[in-house]
Amino acid sequence: MIIDLGLTDYEEAYRSQMELVSKRKLGEISDSVILTEHKPVFTIGRSGGKRNLLVDEATLKARGLKVLSIDRGGDITFHGPGQTVFYPIIDLKSRGRDLHRYMRDLESVVIGFLNGYGIIAERLKDRTGVWVGPRKIASVGIGVSNWVTYHGLSVNIDVDLSYFSMIYPCGMRGAKMTSLSDILGVRIKTRETTSMLLSSFQRIFNVKVEPLERMPEAVVI
Amino acid sequence: MMTDVKLPKLAEGVEKASVSYWHKNAGEAVKEGEDLVELVTDKATFNLPAPASGVLKEVLVSEGEEASVGNVLARIG
Repeated sequence: MIIDLGLTDYEEAYRSQMELVSKRKLGEISDSVILTEHKPVFTIGRSGGKRNLLVDEATLKARGLKVLSIDRGGDITFHGPGQTVFYPIIDLKSRGRDLHRYMRDLESVVIGFLNGYGIIAERLKDRTGVWVGPRKIASVGIGVSNWVTYHGLSVNIDVDLSYFSMIYPCGMRGAKMTSLSDILGVRIKTRETTSMLLSSFQRIFNVKVEPLERMPEAVVI
Repeated sequence: MMTDVKLPKLAEGVEKASVSYWHKNAGEAVKEGEDLVELVTDKATFNLPAPASGVLKEVLVSEGEEASVGNVLARIG
């Protein structure tokens, strides 16, 4: 099942994830994926802190930006329009019970997707995420409850990269972010890349991905 | 009867994880299958369900501390 939530508040999408996690644990649904773009927000995972946030409260307030501490692994990151976020709700009990392998698989989704644009992307040792040269294009941070996954993957398609200069992304000083638009030098429409990302996801995870329809409300397919 | 809560293997080649959050405090009742303790390895958090129902008698690894696969994190009685 693919659930396309469109543009969401972070908290709203988090609640949807938790509902699906409960249903997945009870076996009421099969492996699923939530797709969304978030309204601008900074989130800090379990390994992070506000020390990697480089702007003060007044600036955040003026820009209407929230900072949320959340229960995924990793440090601080930014989500906003132009960034496709994947929240797979997958039971890893039937997929080898290996958190690191799962994260490498999420990275493979993006590497395969970018190959379709002729872009060579790679993993860097001990630096979870997907990199194009020295720049990071996708971030991975996951949560698991009894081997059912939540949180996941964010891929910068046409996101405003200036937000990332307000933080040390993932707590790494000097880490520079990039996006598909940035690499190609043309503005890419985020929604037009979704089906290619989904196909890549399907190949890596061997799940049935049905055609995606766009509707004004959340779509359940 | 006491049941040990042990650190499971979270990934191939990973022998340690840190305790990031106890969902319950010592002395509280726990239910089999509900999230008991959150562990962190790399960019992943893992919520370990309680292996039995009862009372969380003893927490042996505190938040922020590291444990190895197989270590007893807590006891339920």
